[in-house]
Amino acid sequence: MSVVIRVSSMPTWGRTVLELRHVSAGYGEATVLHEVSLQVGQGDVVTLIGRNGAGKSTLLRSIMGLHPISSGSIKFLGRDITRLRPHRRARMGLGWVQDDRGIYSSLTVEENLRLPRVIGANAWAEERLFGTFPVLGQRRRQMAGSLSGGEQQMLALARVLRMGADVVLCDEPTEGLAPVIVDQIAEILREVASSGATILLVEQNLRFATTVAHKHFLIAEGHIVDHLDNSDVIARENDLLAHLGI
Amino acid sequence: MTTFLQASLNGLVSGGFYALLAIGLAVIYGMLRVANFAHGAVYMLGAFGAVILYDMFGTPFWAALVVVPVVIAAGGVVVERTLIRRLVPLDPVYNFLLTFGLALIIQDLVRLNYGVVGQPYAKPAALEGRINFGPLEYPTYQFVVLIASIALTCGVWLALNKTKVGMVVRAATERPSLTEAFGVNVNVWMIPVFAFGVALAALAGVMAAPMRSVNSAMGADIVIILFAVIIIGGMGSVLGAVLAAYLVGFLQELAQMYVPAAAGATTFILMAVVLAVRPSGLLGRQEAAR
Ligand SMILES: Nc1ncnc2c1ncn2[C@@H]1O[C@H](COP(=O)(O)OP(=O)(O)OP(=O)(O)O)[C@@H](O)[C@H]1O
Ligand SMILES: [Mg+2]
Repeated sequence: MSVVIRVSSMPTWGRTVLELRHVSAGYGEATVLHEVSLQVGQGDVVTLIGRNGAGKSTLLRSIMGLHPISSGSIKFLGRDITRLRPHRRARMGLGWVQDDRGIYSSLTVEENLRLPRVIGANAWAEERLFGTFPVLGQRRRQMAGSLSGGEQQMLALARVLRMGADVVLCDEPTEGLAPVIVDQIAEILREVASSGATILLVEQNLRFATTVAHKHFLIAEGHIVDHLDNSDVIARENDLLAHLGI
Repeated sequence: MTTFLQASLNGLVSGGFYALLAIGLAVIYGMLRVANFAHGAVYMLGAFGAVILYDMFGTPFWAALVVVPVVIAAGGVVVERTLIRRLVPLDPVYNFLLTFGLALIIQDLVRLNYGVVGQPYAKPAALEGRINFGPLEYPTYQFVVLIASIALTCGVWLALNKTKVGMVVRAATERPSLTEAFGVNVNVWMIPVFAFGVALAALAGVMAAPMRSVNSAMGADIVIILFAVIIIGGMGSVLGAVLAAYLVGFLQELAQMYVPAAAGATTFILMAVVLAVRPSGLLGRQEAAR
């Protein structure tokens, strides 16, 4: 492996809101996450970078409670949530954007936005959402399955903003989208971050990662192998790209 | 022409029963991913509920229409919480074994007490007699059943598509785990959905009691057709199930009138044709990712 393992602990900006300790998980006999430990501070925007199959989506699902973990513990806002059901975690302020965007095709755009529980004080009102995502306003009565890929990603983001989650887990929001739309998504994520929300983002696009986040965890075969800041990512771009196999 | 009209009305009556039963089956499958092979037994219990209430307490039809579905739905919730919910994480084989086993148990318990002969159940006095449609005379009770099942079906469709509750049910049907991640306790929502599906089946049973033979096998006969209906309509599509229900009822009665020997086969011929043209059924879509 071309990546040097350099375990340094990066300072977090605020108090820790999300803490994983020695989290392992897998599918059947196969272990996919090996004793993953990480901390995310209040207001941090952090990415999880790793090649296909490294375990990024499994990690986000485990944090959300949608995938069972075999050992370890997860703390959210100071509380041990390891045994908590997903809807309870959501109500505490955890939001998740699924890797395939998770659009309900049998619901209209508006219904997609109304389904999530509003949990936090910083939940976006519908008018604000339609201001930021005008296309969703225009198509509010349309079935969500008829939206384009970019529009569906906007809807997925808008939906999680509607909740007002304190921590947003966002799985590959730029995958397969045109550069213009990727820029729009970066813009929106920066706005979300500037309002104080914490974001844990799975990303393969390094340029995108450095424009929205300031810290990066590198994950390989279910291990966290490195912590990087933006200057590290830029300095080692070629190395990282080779590792990601892009 | 009169014969054709007669057959069409009969078809709509049968289709109405299939629709009420298929809706319940479809929403239960959608939300729990459990194919309830005991659904026919619930229908049969509904009919027997009306008979038993009358024999024991002289309960009139109109009261049975309310009491029987409520009581059977309550029993259904107990079975759902204690047994059926355990199926959710398991292989579908267990789904079949449990619900089919329950159906056999219910059926045999009824047979132990009532044998195999049909139990008499009188039509409510207000709906005796026949309505005159020009050349055709049609039994009032059957006609009211026809209207009632269409009205109920429309009501369910509206509730599913135009209310907040229906929205959550559609969402949880399409993507259960994502719906949990939005703060919805899907597990708790399964209770009213299951109760509702069971209550509809029981209601269909009560409605059938005055016009069909009330016997312990009536559920087993209907459940096979119901699964064909669900497959023709498309797994997971309530509207598809309703359309298929009326289509199946209609074709069956037409065949009954013109080619009685083939009546039993029409449903399955229809199923084969639909599946050959549209493998996911009339309105089914490819199963969405969880
Ligand atoms: N449902 C499943 N059953 C069995 N193995 C699975 C399942 N889902 C994922 N895996 C395996 O677990 C490993 C991690 O998968 P995961 O989806 O978490 O990776 P990822 O880092 O998100 O990859 P990608 O970049 O492709 O999204 C992979 O080896 C994958 O093949
Ligand atoms: Mg992934």
